[in-house]
Amino acid sequence: MKYRVSHRTHYKYPQAVVTCYNEAHLLPRDCVGQTCLQTRLSVDPLPTDYRERQDFFGNTTTYFEIHRPHQELTITAVSEISMGGTPPQLEFGSPTTWEQVRDKLKLDQAPDDPEALQFTMDSRRVRASADLLQFAQPSFPPARPLIEGVKDLIGRIHGEFTFDPQFTEVTTPLSEVLKHRRGVCQDFAHLAIGALRSLGLAARYVSGYLETRPPPGQEKLVGADASHAWISVYLPNTGWLDFDPTNNLDSMERYITTAWGRDYSDVTPLKGVIYGGGKKHQLNVSVDVQALPD
Amino acid sequence: MFAAPGQPRAHWRYLHNALEQLQLPELQARQLDARRLLREDGASYNVYGDPTGMGRPWGLDPIPLLISSEEWSSIETGLIQRAELLNLILADIYGPRELVRKRLLPPQLIFDNPAFLRPCDGISLPGQHQLTLCAMDLARDDQGQIWVTSDRTQVPSGLGYALENRTIMSRVLPSLYRDSHVHRLALFFRTLRNTLGQLCRRESEDPRVVLLTPGPRNETYFEQAYLATYLGYNLVDGADLTVRGGRLWLRSLGGLEPVDVVLRRVDDTYCDPLELRKDSYLGVPGLVEVARRGKVAIANPLGSGILENAALSAFLPAISKHFLGQALRLPSAPAWWCGDDAGLRYVLEHLDTLVIRTVRKRPGEHPLFGNRLNAAERQALADRIRKTPELFVGQAQLSASKIPTLTAQGLEPRSGVMRTFLVARDDSYVAMPGGLTRIAPDSDSLLITNQMGALSKDTWVLASEPEKQDSRLQTIRVDHSTEAYSGLPSRAAENFFWMGRYAERAEFTLRMLRTVTASITDPDPRGSQLEQQHHLQVMLHTVNLITGFKPVNAQALNGSPQTELRRVLVDGRRGGSVHANLAALLNASDFVRDRLSADTRQVLSDLLDEQTALTTLPEDTLDGLGQHLNRIIKSLMALSGLTQESFVHGPGWRFLAMGRRIERGLMLITLIRASLSSAQTTTPESSVIDGVLSVSESLMIYRRGYQTRQGLEQALELLLLNQDNPRSLIYQLTEIGHHIERLPAEEGEHHLRPEQRSVLEATTLLQLSELKQLSAVDEQSGRRQTLDQTLERIAYLLRGTSDALTARFFTHLEDQHQLSPSSAEEIE
Repeated sequence: MKYRVSHRTHYKYPQAVVTCYNEAHLLPRDCVGQTCLQTRLSVDPLPTDYRERQDFFGNTTTYFEIHRPHQELTITAVSEISMGGTPPQLEFGSPTTWEQVRDKLKLDQAPDDPEALQFTMDSRRVRASADLLQFAQPSFPPARPLIEGVKDLIGRIHGEFTFDPQFTEVTTPLSEVLKHRRGVCQDFAHLAIGALRSLGLAARYVSGYLETRPPPGQEKLVGADASHAWISVYLPNTGWLDFDPTNNLDSMERYITTAWGRDYSDVTPLKGVIYGGGKKHQLNVSVDVQALPD
Repeated sequence: MFAAPGQPRAHWRYLHNALEQLQLPELQARQLDARRLLREDGASYNVYGDPTGMGRPWGLDPIPLLISSEEWSSIETGLIQRAELLNLILADIYGPRELVRKRLLPPQLIFDNPAFLRPCDGISLPGQHQLTLCAMDLARDDQGQIWVTSDRTQVPSGLGYALENRTIMSRVLPSLYRDSHVHRLALFFRTLRNTLGQLCRRESEDPRVVLLTPGPRNETYFEQAYLATYLGYNLVDGADLTVRGGRLWLRSLGGLEPVDVVLRRVDDTYCDPLELRKDSYLGVPGLVEVARRGKVAIANPLGSGILENAALSAFLPAISKHFLGQALRLPSAPAWWCGDDAGLRYVLEHLDTLVIRTVRKRPGEHPLFGNRLNAAERQALADRIRKTPELFVGQAQLSASKIPTLTAQGLEPRSGVMRTFLVARDDSYVAMPGGLTRIAPDSDSLLITNQMGALSKDTWVLASEPEKQDSRLQTIRVDHSTEAYSGLPSRAAENFFWMGRYAERAEFTLRMLRTVTASITDPDPRGSQLEQQHHLQVMLHTVNLITGFKPVNAQALNGSPQTELRRVLVDGRRGGSVHANLAALLNASDFVRDRLSADTRQVLSDLLDEQTALTTLPEDTLDGLGQHLNRIIKSLMALSGLTQESFVHGPGWRFLAMGRRIERGLMLITLIRASLSSAQTTTPESSVIDGVLSVSESLMIYRRGYQTRQGLEQALELLLLNQDNPRSLIYQLTEIGHHIERLPAEEGEHHLRPEQRSVLEATTLLQLSELKQLSAVDEQSGRRQTLDQTLERIAYLLRGTSDALTARFFTHLEDQHQLSPSSAEEIE
């Protein structure tokens, strides 16, 4: 399966921005089951300096500077991605219990992924807490296989929480999400990660896109697709398995990964420091995911 | 110091005898000398969270800590080994991370540590060393064993204070210092300078190194400026630098100048608001990216704070075996990390003998001494540790040996910590032969930090034989003498300019106040009471216009204007007061400290004292005020004389001089317009004219030079048009014009620049004015229209000159914002 993703970010400022420095996580990375065929980030106005690199987690990160006054900034990422291979979702039958995973993470002197352990630890937006532990526990009775536990947890989030874009902002703390049982995909991902980490398990945040299929007979609307976020859980000797607490789909086939990290702040799509620009800017984001003929 | 009671150790013997000969009163006198010298140098330490904490004088005890040559060589070996080890660990943490993989370091200490900066992973400096400079604190226990109690690897402080201590000691106890054969420090600083120069990757004869400071409010700003001067580097803050096209640049008067190496005093996470702490205003956005590309070397590299983790020392012995195949020569104070079960158990069982530190030290946080806690506190601490054990470290509490320290009662033993410094050189490290010793503020105190009021000592490593003279302190200085506009940061120029303006404004206001108080306490006997009162009213009105204080109203006039005049002097909250002008002058001078001569800094430190003394003036009386005014005026005159006579007439001086001339011109215009543009029909003008002349230091020449004819025309000639009077308006304009001609021009520029245009117009306008017309009174309005309008226009042009200079040479930073996603961008 091949997809073309275009992701356009548009800023409009009340006054001219004189200089800006930006860092973007908008170009999809390669990973198991996914190859990025071509990808390009265009910036308008033309940046003075532009560079792509791999960040700490292996994500493609873009740096650019603009030193001419501008009142609008447009960043467009267009990528073609080929999905194939077998994601390790086959391991759903894995009998490894969650306690075994927890202990192996903690005690293994020669782990296959030596840096997986960092995803058991607190990060800027996700901090383990007694409440999160309490929330996680019903899904993880003693000796339950890890995968079963995670599926149960994901199912509960999907069932018990209401998707509500009005409720949260980027800065809404996890405790509020847990209390009001509302949020968006980013909140649900953070919630699942926090719950798993409270048990000593390793979970990471994945940002990317989900192709949404239109109802039969209708043409898919451009722009109806959006950035999405889900989670990935570490199973020793197997690797990382993806789950989507927002949609709780069985198959992760139509998920296109852009980047992963400990939480949203590691993979913020676009951040920057600007000089000037006045008080309040307008921001417009549109995403389009198209399936391409093979 | 003593091997047994009354038996000084061998290497202390000379000092012991010398001190006995000196006797206590003499020693105390030397201590006072030291205090005076430190004050004159402006040596200070800013204490946070205390309103009086800014600029606290640096405390130096005149009894040095002595270390014998043999003992030093063993300490030195241990220090060098430890520095090499820390360097290898740093390179590993931001490189292959083998230590974590082999579990020689618990992953938590890296991955779960905010000091581990993921954006800095894989960035490396050229050469063999990642860690350019480091400091280690040493303590001696009562058995004589030396232990390392902490490592400073991020922005090690203390080097400048150590140097200052040495300078003062060699002046206060010169013969003792000379005869003790003390190892000199200069070579260490030369090595530091060479090492930093070699970090430049560009093929360059003259790599540009800057010292990045968090600014004058930082606790150790004094030494940052001191070091910058000593090493010959530009002292810059984040706003002086900018990233463009993947390079780091200094905003200088000559445009953007490339920067190759940054010796930084800004903490890790504050250095780049793009990739590190986004709320930082101390850094440079894009700095991490430039370092990543190898276009700038930062010493120490960003992220090196990871080594300051107190838990690290628990793992050093094993890491030393792994990397060096050696045991540690200089042991760390024994430490237990609570993140592993054995460590946790040990710490909980031995709380009363341990110092408890946290892994993530927050600013202002101090270690807890288990033996100083009561049972309940100890229990609470144990509970905290159990809750998040991985955040705590227990360190053995050493029973520190005591160092003799001078107090009012005589010598007293105090516990002390010695900070040592190392710098990378070739394939190893060089230790500074000496260091900064800090001693507890009282005999009971366990905690030794400058924030808590610790005193310092010079540290003498005694050479077994006199050292050759060629390693003497050779001050390395940048040549500021040429008109090298490229080297002067814009912000330094801007601060010089404002130093000049505020100094002049303060001085002018003071002269004004002096004249007014004189006319209150000692009115002109030639006038009637009504005339005297009228004169006073005119002068007070002028004070208002000059200071922006409003109003000294009729009520004040009917009663006494003392209170209001006093406020003009002391009310620091109101701009325009003498107090506020002095504060602004001192503030601007803080930013260019590194470029001021020792004498200038001394005058500034006197001004600070006088500014402080202002607030203690008695209210409601003008008694004694005159003396105060005179003293401050004298200091300001000293400042003005020094800048004229002992300041190289380079670009910095030029901006200071322009600031002064512009301000003097503006003040003079305000004075004349306020007092003389309305013709006084009812009373003779002579006393007002005298007042104006006296404020502008021209009364004497007026009386002498115009004995036969005195009057407004003569006064105006003197104040406005006399080319030889350094207080006249034409003199200011001519001087400004000269300075502006010397400013750098853009290439191929043929037209007049705005500042040239303004000055030219102002000068011409004044030169074409005729005294007769200027003094003429318009019959209808009763005003001297020509005088008023001419001066108004010139003031406008002077302000325009100031604006044009500002626009062309100074840095204008737009507000820095974070481009953050709003909810609209939120992913769904």
